[in-house]
Amino acid sequence: MSVIKIQGTDDTPTVTLDRDNNIFEISGRSLPEDVVVFYKPILEWLDDYKNNPLEKTVFNFKLEYFNTASSKLLLDVLLKLEDISNDGHDVLVKWHYPDDDEDMEEAGEEYSDIVDVPFEQVPYSI
Amino acid sequence: MANIKEHNESLDFVYDFYVKMKRNNINLAYEGEITHQITKAFTSLAETNMAHEEDPSSVQKKVFHVMVECLQNISKHSEGNANESAKDGRGIFMVSKAATEYNVTTGNIIKNVNVEKLRSILENVNKQDKDGLNKLYKQQMREGSISDRGGAGLGFIDIARKTGQKLLYSFLTIDNVNSFFILTSTISRIKE
Repeated sequence: MSVIKIQGTDDTPTVTLDRDNNIFEISGRSLPEDVVVFYKPILEWLDDYKNNPLEKTVFNFKLEYFNTASSKLLLDVLLKLEDISNDGHDVLVKWHYPDDDEDMEEAGEEYSDIVDVPFEQVPYSI
Repeated sequence: MANIKEHNESLDFVYDFYVKMKRNNINLAYEGEITHQITKAFTSLAETNMAHEEDPSSVQKKVFHVMVECLQNISKHSEGNANESAKDGRGIFMVSKAATEYNVTTGNIIKNVNVEKLRSILENVNKQDKDGLNKLYKQQMREGSISDRGGAGLGFIDIARKTGQKLLYSFLTIDNVNSFFILTSTISRIKE
Protein backbone atom coordinates (compact mmCIF):
# COMPACT_ATOMS: atom_id res chain seq x y z
CA MET A 1 0.00 0.00 0.00
CA SER A 2 1.11 3.56 -0.62
CA VAL A 3 3.21 5.50 1.87
CA ILE A 4 2.37 8.97 3.18
CA LYS A 5 5.40 11.01 4.09
CA ILE A 6 4.82 14.71 4.70
CA GLN A 7 7.67 16.89 5.87
CA GLY A 8 6.54 19.27 8.62
CA THR A 9 6.67 23.05 8.40
CA ASP A 10 6.07 25.78 10.98
CA ASP A 11 2.32 25.36 10.52
CA THR A 12 1.87 21.77 9.37
CA PRO A 13 2.93 18.54 11.08
CA THR A 14 5.29 15.82 9.95
CA VAL A 15 3.21 12.82 8.97
CA THR A 16 4.46 9.31 8.28
CA LEU A 17 2.04 6.52 7.44
CA ASP A 18 4.04 3.53 6.32
CA ARG A 19 2.45 0.10 6.69
CA ASP A 20 5.43 -1.88 5.36
CA ASN A 21 7.81 -0.37 7.91
CA ASN A 22 5.21 -0.19 10.69
CA ILE A 23 5.52 3.58 11.19
CA PHE A 24 2.47 5.66 12.00
CA GLU A 25 3.22 9.12 13.29
CA ILE A 26 1.94 12.70 13.40
CA SER A 27 4.34 15.15 15.01
CA GLY A 28 5.20 18.82 15.24
CA ARG A 29 2.83 21.72 14.77
CA SER A 30 -0.62 21.78 13.29
CA LEU A 31 -2.29 25.03 12.35
CA PRO A 32 -2.69 24.66 8.59
CA GLU A 33 -4.48 27.32 6.59
CA ASP A 34 -7.09 24.75 5.60
CA VAL A 35 -7.33 21.84 8.04
CA VAL A 36 -9.78 19.87 5.92
CA VAL A 37 -7.51 19.94 2.87
CA PHE A 38 -4.45 19.01 4.92
CA TYR A 39 -6.01 16.05 6.75
CA LYS A 40 -8.08 14.68 3.85
CA PRO A 41 -5.36 12.42 2.36
CA ILE A 42 -4.47 11.20 5.85
CA LEU A 43 -8.06 10.20 6.63
CA GLU A 44 -8.42 8.58 3.20
CA TRP A 45 -5.22 6.63 3.73
CA LEU A 46 -6.56 5.35 7.06
CA ASP A 47 -9.85 4.32 5.40
CA ASP A 48 -7.78 2.25 3.02
CA TYR A 49 -5.56 0.88 5.79
CA LYS A 50 -8.65 -0.16 7.78
CA ASN A 51 -9.36 -2.85 5.20
CA ASN A 52 -6.04 -4.55 5.73
CA PRO A 53 -4.35 -3.39 8.95
CA LEU A 54 -1.30 -4.90 10.62
CA GLU A 55 -1.88 -7.28 13.49
CA LYS A 56 -0.75 -4.52 15.82
CA THR A 57 -0.79 -0.81 14.97
CA VAL A 58 1.12 1.60 17.21
CA PHE A 59 0.18 5.15 16.29
CA ASN A 60 2.39 7.93 17.67
CA PHE A 61 1.22 11.48 18.24
CA LYS A 62 4.04 13.80 19.20
CA LEU A 63 2.63 17.27 18.79
CA GLU A 64 4.12 20.50 20.03
CA TYR A 65 1.11 22.56 19.18
CA PHE A 66 -2.24 22.32 17.43
CA ASN A 67 -5.05 24.81 16.95
CA THR A 68 -8.71 24.09 17.71
CA ALA A 69 -9.61 23.39 14.09
CA SER A 70 -6.85 20.74 14.00
CA SER A 71 -8.12 19.24 17.26
CA LYS A 72 -11.32 18.27 15.48
CA LEU A 73 -9.40 16.60 12.64
CA LEU A 74 -7.09 14.80 15.07
CA LEU A 75 -10.24 13.37 16.66
CA ASP A 76 -11.29 12.15 13.20
CA VAL A 77 -7.92 10.38 12.87
CA LEU A 78 -8.41 8.78 16.30
CA LEU A 79 -11.93 7.68 15.37
CA LYS A 80 -10.49 5.78 12.40
CA LEU A 81 -8.12 4.02 14.78
CA GLU A 82 -11.08 3.23 17.02
CA ASP A 83 -12.79 1.57 14.03
CA ILE A 84 -9.73 -0.62 13.45
CA SER A 85 -9.72 -1.54 17.12
CA ASN A 86 -13.45 -2.29 17.06
CA ASP A 87 -12.86 -4.60 14.11
CA GLY A 88 -10.81 -6.75 16.48
CA HIS A 89 -7.31 -5.55 15.62
CA ASP A 90 -4.68 -4.52 18.10
CA VAL A 91 -4.26 -0.73 18.22
CA LEU A 92 -2.23 1.37 20.62
CA VAL A 93 -2.17 5.17 20.59
CA LYS A 94 0.95 6.70 22.10
CA TRP A 95 0.41 10.33 23.03
CA HIS A 96 3.80 11.99 23.54
CA TYR A 97 3.90 15.33 25.33
CA PRO A 98 6.63 17.56 26.77
CA ASP A 99 6.71 16.84 30.51
CA ASP A 100 6.22 20.53 31.33
CA ASP A 101 3.22 20.97 29.04
CA GLU A 102 0.04 20.43 31.05
CA ASP A 103 -2.23 21.52 28.22
CA MET A 104 -0.79 18.90 25.86
CA GLU A 105 -1.05 16.26 28.58
CA GLU A 106 -4.69 17.19 29.20
CA ALA A 107 -5.41 17.11 25.48
CA GLY A 108 -4.24 13.48 25.45
CA GLU A 109 -6.41 12.64 28.47
CA GLU A 110 -9.35 14.26 26.76
CA TYR A 111 -8.93 12.21 23.59
CA SER A 112 -8.53 9.02 25.59
CA ASP A 113 -11.88 9.79 27.28
CA ILE A 114 -13.65 10.32 23.97
CA VAL A 115 -12.17 7.53 21.90
CA ASP A 116 -12.44 3.88 22.84
CA VAL A 117 -8.94 2.73 21.96
CA PRO A 118 -5.94 1.74 24.13
CA PHE A 119 -4.10 4.94 24.94
CA GLU A 120 -0.70 5.50 26.47
CA GLN A 121 0.54 8.88 27.72
CA VAL A 122 4.27 9.28 27.16
CA PRO A 123 5.97 12.32 28.72
CA TYR A 124 9.32 13.40 27.33
CA SER A 125 11.74 16.12 28.36
CA ILE A 126 13.02 18.69 25.89
CA MET B 1 4.41 70.74 1.52
CA ALA B 2 1.07 71.63 0.10
CA ASN B 3 -0.54 71.97 3.45
CA ILE B 4 1.72 72.59 6.45
CA LYS B 5 -1.14 72.56 8.93
CA GLU B 6 -2.25 69.11 7.83
CA HIS B 7 1.30 67.88 7.96
CA ASN B 8 1.74 69.13 11.54
CA GLU B 9 -1.52 67.52 12.57
CA SER B 10 -0.34 64.25 11.15
CA LEU B 11 2.93 64.53 13.11
CA ASP B 12 0.94 65.22 16.26
CA PHE B 13 -1.14 62.16 15.54
CA VAL B 14 1.91 59.95 15.19
CA TYR B 15 3.34 61.12 18.52
CA ASP B 16 -0.03 60.93 20.22
CA PHE B 17 -0.50 57.41 18.90
CA TYR B 18 2.97 56.43 20.11
CA VAL B 19 2.30 57.84 23.60
CA LYS B 20 -1.03 56.04 23.82
CA MET B 21 0.50 52.76 22.76
CA LYS B 22 3.24 53.13 25.36
CA ARG B 23 0.79 54.12 28.08
CA ASN B 24 -1.39 51.09 27.37
CA ASN B 25 1.59 48.74 27.05
CA ILE B 26 0.63 47.86 23.49
CA ASN B 27 3.31 45.66 21.91
CA LEU B 28 1.58 45.04 18.66
CA ALA B 29 -1.26 46.80 16.86
CA TYR B 30 -2.49 46.00 13.38
CA GLU B 31 -5.48 46.95 11.29
CA GLY B 32 -6.14 45.23 8.01
CA GLU B 33 -6.72 41.94 6.37
CA ILE B 34 -5.84 38.92 8.52
CA THR B 35 -4.42 36.28 6.22
CA HIS B 36 -2.74 33.04 7.09
CA GLN B 37 0.61 34.71 6.34
CA ILE B 38 -0.19 37.52 8.80
CA THR B 39 -1.19 34.98 11.43
CA LYS B 40 2.10 33.15 10.97
CA ALA B 41 4.11 36.38 11.02
CA PHE B 42 2.50 37.72 14.23
CA THR B 43 2.71 34.47 16.12
CA SER B 44 6.33 33.95 15.16
CA LEU B 45 7.10 37.56 16.13
CA ALA B 46 5.48 37.00 19.52
CA GLU B 47 7.43 33.77 19.99
CA THR B 48 10.71 35.52 19.23
CA ASN B 49 9.91 38.43 21.55
CA MET B 50 8.71 36.23 24.37
CA ALA B 51 11.81 34.04 24.13
CA HIS B 52 13.73 36.95 25.70
CA GLU B 53 11.20 37.30 28.50
CA GLU B 54 11.17 35.69 31.89
CA ASP B 55 7.66 34.27 31.39
CA PRO B 56 7.39 30.52 31.90
CA SER B 57 6.93 28.50 28.71
CA SER B 58 3.38 27.59 29.77
CA VAL B 59 2.45 31.31 29.66
CA GLN B 60 4.20 31.79 26.32
CA LYS B 61 2.35 28.82 24.84
CA LYS B 62 -0.98 30.19 26.05
CA VAL B 63 -0.29 33.60 24.51
CA PHE B 64 0.66 31.91 21.24
CA HIS B 65 -2.49 29.80 21.32
CA VAL B 66 -4.83 32.69 22.10
CA MET B 67 -3.23 34.75 19.32
CA VAL B 68 -3.74 31.97 16.77
CA GLU B 69 -7.39 31.46 17.72
CA CYS B 70 -8.17 35.19 17.76
CA LEU B 71 -6.48 35.83 14.41
CA GLN B 72 -8.27 32.88 12.84
CA ASN B 73 -11.57 34.16 14.23
CA ILE B 74 -11.12 37.42 12.37
CA SER B 75 -9.93 35.82 9.17
CA LYS B 76 -12.89 33.44 9.19
CA HIS B 77 -15.73 35.51 10.62
CA SER B 78 -15.13 39.21 10.03
CA GLU B 79 -17.67 40.65 7.62
CA GLY B 80 -16.92 43.28 5.04
CA ASN B 81 -18.46 46.68 5.50
CA ALA B 82 -20.03 47.80 2.26
CA ASN B 83 -20.09 51.43 3.42
CA GLU B 84 -16.37 51.56 4.01
CA SER B 85 -15.51 49.19 1.15
CA ALA B 86 -13.83 46.90 3.68
CA LYS B 87 -13.25 43.32 2.65
CA ASP B 88 -14.06 40.19 4.64
CA GLY B 89 -11.43 38.95 7.06
CA ARG B 90 -10.31 42.40 8.20
CA GLY B 91 -10.04 43.69 11.68
CA ILE B 92 -7.92 45.24 14.36
CA PHE B 93 -5.55 43.09 16.37
CA MET B 94 -3.64 44.19 19.49
CA VAL B 95 -1.39 42.56 22.03
CA SER B 96 -0.49 44.31 25.26
CA LYS B 97 1.81 43.24 28.04
CA ALA B 98 1.32 44.58 31.56
CA ALA B 99 3.14 43.59 34.75
CA THR B 100 0.78 40.74 35.59
CA GLU B 101 -0.91 39.82 32.33
CA TYR B 102 -0.99 39.72 28.56
CA ASN B 103 -4.10 40.92 26.76
CA VAL B 104 -5.03 39.95 23.23
CA THR B 105 -7.73 42.17 21.77
CA THR B 106 -9.50 41.86 18.45
CA GLY B 107 -12.09 44.07 16.83
CA ASN B 108 -14.02 43.32 13.68
CA ILE B 109 -17.24 44.06 11.89
CA ILE B 110 -20.11 41.61 12.09
CA LYS B 111 -23.65 41.81 10.78
CA ASN B 112 -26.27 42.96 13.29
CA VAL B 113 -28.33 39.85 12.50
CA ASN B 114 -25.51 37.70 13.87
CA VAL B 115 -24.97 39.66 17.09
CA GLU B 116 -27.47 37.82 19.29
CA LYS B 117 -26.26 34.39 18.21
CA LEU B 118 -22.65 35.32 18.95
CA ARG B 119 -23.61 36.94 22.25
CA SER B 120 -25.40 33.80 23.41
CA ILE B 121 -22.38 31.63 22.48
CA LEU B 122 -20.08 33.92 24.49
CA GLU B 123 -22.50 34.10 27.44
CA ASN B 124 -22.69 30.33 27.51
CA VAL B 125 -18.89 30.03 27.51
CA ASN B 126 -18.56 32.57 30.32
CA LYS B 127 -21.15 30.74 32.46
CA GLN B 128 -19.04 27.55 32.59
CA ASP B 129 -16.43 26.53 35.12
CA LYS B 130 -13.41 24.48 34.05
CA ASP B 131 -15.31 21.17 34.01
CA GLY B 132 -18.18 22.75 32.12
CA LEU B 133 -15.77 24.11 29.50
CA ASN B 134 -14.11 20.72 29.11
CA LYS B 135 -17.50 19.09 28.63
CA LEU B 136 -18.55 21.73 26.13
CA TYR B 137 -15.29 21.31 24.20
CA LYS B 138 -15.64 17.54 24.00
CA GLN B 139 -19.26 17.79 22.95
CA GLN B 140 -18.52 20.33 20.24
CA MET B 141 -15.54 18.30 18.99
CA ARG B 142 -17.68 15.14 18.74
CA GLU B 143 -20.85 16.66 17.38
CA GLY B 144 -19.60 19.67 15.49
CA SER B 145 -18.14 19.69 12.05
CA ILE B 146 -15.71 21.99 10.29
CA SER B 147 -17.73 24.86 8.83
CA ASP B 148 -17.30 26.04 5.28
CA ARG B 149 -15.27 28.86 6.80
CA GLY B 150 -12.85 26.31 8.21
CA GLY B 151 -13.68 26.77 11.89
CA ALA B 152 -14.59 24.06 14.36
CA GLY B 153 -16.61 26.25 16.77
CA LEU B 154 -14.04 25.55 19.46
CA GLY B 155 -11.98 28.75 19.63
CA PHE B 156 -13.87 30.67 22.35
CA ILE B 157 -14.28 27.58 24.54
CA ASP B 158 -10.60 26.81 24.29
CA ILE B 159 -9.48 30.38 24.98
CA ALA B 160 -11.66 30.41 28.11
CA ARG B 161 -10.37 27.11 29.46
CA LYS B 162 -6.70 27.64 28.59
CA THR B 163 -6.60 31.14 30.11
CA GLY B 164 -8.90 30.33 33.04
CA GLN B 165 -10.40 33.82 32.59
CA LYS B 166 -13.76 35.11 31.43
CA LEU B 167 -13.93 36.48 27.89
CA LEU B 168 -14.44 40.25 27.80
CA TYR B 169 -16.50 41.40 24.87
CA SER B 170 -18.79 44.09 23.61
CA PHE B 171 -20.80 44.97 20.53
CA LEU B 172 -20.90 48.55 19.26
CA THR B 173 -23.62 49.34 16.78
CA ILE B 174 -22.19 50.99 13.66
CA ASP B 175 -25.41 51.39 11.67
CA ASN B 176 -28.56 49.40 10.96
CA VAL B 177 -26.57 46.66 9.20
CA ASN B 178 -23.26 46.31 11.02
CA SER B 179 -21.80 46.16 14.49
CA PHE B 180 -18.24 46.22 15.75
CA PHE B 181 -17.35 43.21 17.87
CA ILE B 182 -14.55 43.61 20.41
CA LEU B 183 -13.06 40.67 22.30
CA THR B 184 -10.31 40.75 24.90
CA SER B 185 -8.64 37.61 26.20
CA THR B 186 -6.40 37.82 29.24
CA ILE B 187 -3.47 35.52 29.97
CA SER B 188 -2.08 35.81 33.50
CA ARG B 189 1.72 36.06 33.75
CA ILE B 190 1.60 34.88 37.34
CA LYS B 191 1.92 31.15 37.70
CA GLU B 192 -1.04 29.61 39.51
